[in-house]
Amino acid sequence: MDLSPIWLTLKLASITTLLLLLVGLPLAWWLSKGRSIFKIILEAIITMPLVLPPSVLGFYLLIAFSPQHGVGKWLLNTFNIQFVFSFQGLVLASVIYSMPFMIGPIKSALQQLPQSLAQASYTLGKSERETFLRVLLPNIKPSLLTAIVLTFAHTLGEFGVVLMIGGNIPNVTRVASIAVYDSVENMDYGTANVYSLILFIITFVMVIGVFIFNKAHAKSPLE
Amino acid sequence: MISINIEKKLKAYSGQQWLKIDHQFADGSITKIYGPSGAGKTTFLKIIAGLVMPEKGIIAVDNTTWLDTSSKISLSPQKRLVGFVFQNYALFPNMTVQEHLEYASNDAQWIQRLLKIGKLETLSDHKPEHLSGGQQQRLAILRAIAIRPKLLLMDEPFSALDSKMKSALIAELKLLFAELKMTVLIVSHSPQELEGVVDGELVINAEE
Repeated sequence: MDLSPIWLTLKLASITTLLLLLVGLPLAWWLSKGRSIFKIILEAIITMPLVLPPSVLGFYLLIAFSPQHGVGKWLLNTFNIQFVFSFQGLVLASVIYSMPFMIGPIKSALQQLPQSLAQASYTLGKSERETFLRVLLPNIKPSLLTAIVLTFAHTLGEFGVVLMIGGNIPNVTRVASIAVYDSVENMDYGTANVYSLILFIITFVMVIGVFIFNKAHAKSPLE
Repeated sequence: MISINIEKKLKAYSGQQWLKIDHQFADGSITKIYGPSGAGKTTFLKIIAGLVMPEKGIIAVDNTTWLDTSSKISLSPQKRLVGFVFQNYALFPNMTVQEHLEYASNDAQWIQRLLKIGKLETLSDHKPEHLSGGQQQRLAILRAIAIRPKLLLMDEPFSALDSKMKSALIAELKLLFAELKMTVLIVSHSPQELEGVVDGELVINAEE
C-alpha cells in the first residue's frame, strides 16, 4: 500500500497552515482595524476562493505561473523556481485557496473584542505589537484554534485547485484527494477506500478536538 | 498645569452636538467632571489620553504640547502615559490580578502595596471572571495607578463599590494621589459623590 499521498497531503497541509499563520495573523489584525476602501477590496479578493469554483482558481494560477510566459517565465529564468506541476506550486495554491479560512475567524474575533482592551494597554505605555501579542491574541484563542484547524482540514480536502496546478505526479503533487480520484478511475475501490478513510478519520478527530476545546471555553448564556 | 481647549463633534440621537471645553487644571488637584448622560464626559477623558481625536484643540501639560491640531501635533497614548480607569473596567480576561499589575509595573513592592490598598491580596491569582464587580473595579483603579501617572483619568470609578468600601478606598487613594503628586480627573454621575474629596468641579454640557 503506497501511503505517500497521505504523507504528501499532511506535509502540504502543515506547511500551508504554518505559512498562513505567519501571514494571516498580522493581515487579519490589520484588516480588523478600520474600513478603508482598499481594505474592503483586499478582503473581497481574499474571500474569493470561498465562492469561486476551485478549478477556476487553479486555471488562473496555471496560466499565471506557466513557465512559457509572463510571471512564471520570469520566476524560472531569474530564481529557477517553477510553480506549475511542482510541490511549491501546491503550497502557493493552497495558501491562496485556504486564506479565507485563516483570516476570517481571526479577524472576526479581533473585531468582537471590546476596543477598550487595546486602549487600556496603550495607556499603560504598551506598543501596538505588544498589545496584540499579550492582550488581544491570548483572548481569541478559541477562534485562533478554529482558524488553524479549518485551514489544515481545508487543505487536506483540496482537489480541483491542486489538480489544475500540480497534476498527478507521484511523490511530488499526488496528494490523497487526487489519489482517491485516480484509484476510482482505475476501478481500485479498495485503495480509494483506504485513502478516504484515513482522510475522514484525521479531519473528524481534528474537528471534534476543536469542538471540545471551544466548548470548554464557551459559556452558555443561561449559566 | 494642564491646559485644555478642545472642540469635538458628538453624534447624538437628536442630531449633532459639540463638546467644547476650555479649562485649566492645577497640578496635584482633584477635579470632579459632572454632567448629563451623553454630554461627552468619557469622550473628554479619551481626548486627553490620546485615544480620541478632537476636530480642533490644544492640550498642554506643563511645558509639553500633547495636542495641537493646527500644527498637527498629537502625542500617542503611549507617550502621554496617563492612568485611565475605564467605565467598563477594560480588564484583560487572560490575566490574573497579579498579572494585570505586573503588565503595568515591574516593581514587586509597589504591586504588593497596591494589592493591599485595593484589598485584593488574597485574590492575586484570580482572573477577572472570578472577581465581583467591585473587585474588578478596584483592580481597574490599581492597574491605572500602577504606572505612577502624573495625570489620572477615572471614568465613574466607584460606581460598583458599596459605600463602606468606597469611603475606605477613597481615603487611601487620596493619600496616594498626594504622595505621587497626581492630578486627578474623576467623572461622576452623582451630584453628592466625592464631596469633601475634590478641589473643584467641571460641569460638561454638550452644545447644539
